[in-house]
Amino acid sequence: MPKLIKTKVEMEGRTFEEYALVDEDELPPWTDEEELGIVGFPIPRVDGAERVSGTAQYTHDVRLPGMAYTAALTSPHPHARLVSVDVSEARTLPGVLGVLTRTEVHEQLQGGVRRMFTDQLRYAGEIVAAVVATDPDIARDAVALIKAEYEQLPHVVDIEVAAQPDSPKVHTNGNIFGDKPQLVERGDVVAGFAEADVAIEHTYRTATQLHSCLEPHGSVAYWEGDSLTIYESTQHVFGVRNAMARWLGLPQNKVRAICQYIGGGFGSKAGPGAHSVFAALLAKQIGRPVQFMLDRTTEQIGGGNRSAMVMKVRLGAKNDGTLTAMDLHCLADVGAYGPWLPFFAGPALMSYRCPNARSETLGLYTNTGSFMAFRAPGFVEGTFAIESAIDELAMALKMDSLALRRQNIPDHDQTNGSAFSNYPIEECFQQGAERIEWHTRTNGHTSSQDRIRRGIGMSNQIWWGGGGPPAYATVEVNTDGTATLRTGTQDIGTGTKTVLTQVCAEELGLPLAAITTVLGDSGSGQYAPISGGSMTVPSMAPAVRSAARDARLQLLDIVSQMLERPVEALEIRDGQIYEGAENHGPVKNLIGKLGDVMIIGNGSRGPNPDGVTIITSGAQFVEVAVDTLTGRIQVLRVIAAHDCGRIVNPLTYRSQIEGGIIQAIGYALTEQRVMDEHSGIQLNADLGDYKIPTLADIPEIEVLRIDFPDLVANPTGAKGAGEPPIIPTPAAIANAVYDAIGVRIRELPMTPDKVLAALQQQ
Amino acid sequence: MTNTEKSTPTVRGPGKSALLLEVNGTTHELFVEPRRTLLDALRVDLGMTGTKEVCGMGNCGACTVHVDGEPTYGCMQLAVECEGRTITTIEGLAHNGTLHPLQQAFVEHDALQCGFCTSGQVMTAAALLQRNPNPTEEEIVEELSGNLCRCGAYRGIVRAVQDAAEKMRT
Repeated sequence: MPKLIKTKVEMEGRTFEEYALVDEDELPPWTDEEELGIVGFPIPRVDGAERVSGTAQYTHDVRLPGMAYTAALTSPHPHARLVSVDVSEARTLPGVLGVLTRTEVHEQLQGGVRRMFTDQLRYAGEIVAAVVATDPDIARDAVALIKAEYEQLPHVVDIEVAAQPDSPKVHTNGNIFGDKPQLVERGDVVAGFAEADVAIEHTYRTATQLHSCLEPHGSVAYWEGDSLTIYESTQHVFGVRNAMARWLGLPQNKVRAICQYIGGGFGSKAGPGAHSVFAALLAKQIGRPVQFMLDRTTEQIGGGNRSAMVMKVRLGAKNDGTLTAMDLHCLADVGAYGPWLPFFAGPALMSYRCPNARSETLGLYTNTGSFMAFRAPGFVEGTFAIESAIDELAMALKMDSLALRRQNIPDHDQTNGSAFSNYPIEECFQQGAERIEWHTRTNGHTSSQDRIRRGIGMSNQIWWGGGGPPAYATVEVNTDGTATLRTGTQDIGTGTKTVLTQVCAEELGLPLAAITTVLGDSGSGQYAPISGGSMTVPSMAPAVRSAARDARLQLLDIVSQMLERPVEALEIRDGQIYEGAENHGPVKNLIGKLGDVMIIGNGSRGPNPDGVTIITSGAQFVEVAVDTLTGRIQVLRVIAAHDCGRIVNPLTYRSQIEGGIIQAIGYALTEQRVMDEHSGIQLNADLGDYKIPTLADIPEIEVLRIDFPDLVANPTGAKGAGEPPIIPTPAAIANAVYDAIGVRIRELPMTPDKVLAALQQQ
Repeated sequence: MTNTEKSTPTVRGPGKSALLLEVNGTTHELFVEPRRTLLDALRVDLGMTGTKEVCGMGNCGACTVHVDGEPTYGCMQLAVECEGRTITTIEGLAHNGTLHPLQQAFVEHDALQCGFCTSGQVMTAAALLQRNPNPTEEEIVEELSGNLCRCGAYRGIVRAVQDAAEKMRT
């Protein structure tokens, strides 16, 4: 029988106390590395062949009989009232099957989501109406025939302007998210600064980073009677199912959400969007399947972003390097409808021992695309600020910056008083420093007069990544000795499917090739959490293990009765039944005798430990070359040392680490949304002028092996690896640039113009 | 193309007309407008969705196919321009279920994450290795820099192309 528990669940800085149903008996921890034969090995992806051969079917690739294509009319104005929409001419174009306006959508929805479909348009690029036609070209032609009338309203696209009292108002209540700043405080900051011998204060700025998923947001929807099936490019099929049911007023079991493959999400595809609603309602209107993919421009505007921030950091310390006070202020851009505030102060408040700390975040609405979670939201930005500031403090104290960090590492989570599950940060510091040859650093006192100057820098990293319940799985053992693992999680490109197949095979005692994993379908798998917050593996691996264990115990029980041997003496290894050294033959020979039985194992994720903060931690060390003539920064080398618990698959783990670093290099050096202040139009809503890194921009990346199973966190010892690697890179680059040229760049991206301007000021 | 051919171009459009396209050794008859891109002809008309659409404007390389052996952006080419030419797509690279050595190397080196750019990466790399079976790392980087990857599989891609090149030479 499952039991009801109350547990704390953390998701990207927001902690929730919720109920969860979990299994009664706990999983024994995987303590002995030697006993693991599949987990911990670099196994190529189980769905690799599909992904390299063009046969993997993404939402964009779904082709159903009678499927129709859509195109959208979007607002040309950053802020306007929609006065009227005339679709009569569009409707008459041959091949057009239906048209739907946002006003009509508003009437057909339920609940708070209706605020996304009012007559108020809050950014240029927001969807006004959509046409569905037999052919994508016809749909686009028809959009050009829609006549919409707008009443233009004053707009604001910059947070520092939006923060002014006389700024144009994005929402009638004003521009301040939640009407007041979000505060976090401990100790007495005033007393802390009074105690300090040295204090520094600097302002750090970051630009808006666009997720730029290669597959845009999109859906394919169709109805069978009163049941909706929706293929969605999403990180959470159950989130899509539940939200669509809520919005459309349907029972949850009348909505099925599917996502077998997704072309990138990075946080922006947490649930359904306006396009999903249009797809579902248009499909109902025309009685055919409808595909609605955002076009590239709409994707780059409304497909999500990492908030631009202005962060003021004030630090106080004693001469011996002891931190006494931290005071952190932030303006954060949440765009037109941003749903929550990124926790920029998290890295500072968690990474360093400091009794007196205060942070204040003011979220601001602007007439731009909405903020959405983007791989470690808040932490990438906040780490750039605090880790730059720590280096600046070290300069002021005339201390080595790594020594200053080491001196102030906390022994518990100061935000809530809990112990850390595991915190092997010293191992990361030590290994990274050795590889990069930290002692060669000049601390900005370069004597070089060369045009190209080299420097090294580092940054500390902290994040959560412990996952938690609820998460469920089943394992079906077939009579031929194969097994099917089913769960409603999804593989967003991280390798989840492979990792869970490994965990299942390991626990079940069957070879990897005997397991088929089915996921990404709310109609066939059990509830699983969003693939975000670095929580997929630590949530799902224990659930899968628990299901596989249940199946194995049932299987052994049956086999023991068939062989008339005591069950305790039997085990399954590599698909064979063993009793000590004696081999009773393959599983399939025994259960094959039972006819068409199916052994079904059920499993769920157990609760997280009480009074413990589960964290991932690490450090990165980088070497850069700065061209003092052109201002160009080139990253030459990145050394990454990250504790993410047990590494289930070193191959996909390495991909995660490299991928995070590469996105961070883009954020640090080239990526920025450019808004035209006067027109309120985004100037680089494409992949040509918005500069994500290319292969030529990427250095060799060395991923050090920090592999400490965290058995306090969960019985598999695995934690998440998705977000940690993107967090420290920008700060490490900025610190390396300082080391190279003795000039501090406090604004991202560190484009050549900023480097040259800073050099001239020197 | 001879001068005679040049002086008598086929006039098509503005409506639909018939078109023969040879894709992966099979000739297909399509009925499309002249504005149809090769990419849409493949994905919409032929249902061959292995070639991906990402930017639709020649920025990212995701839709790379071979036209007469040359790597070509499918979004920047009209289907009508491809009549009489040989088109190879990602679906034409594997033979009877056996992956091309490049595809195999991409799997072994985990040179992908979400996989959405992978078709284009593999096709660009395949064209490179046809022209230059033993490329240097610099040549691989140069050739593949027109193919964007957002997940950050770049270093794995270099390792995979190097490995495949070596295996294909021996």
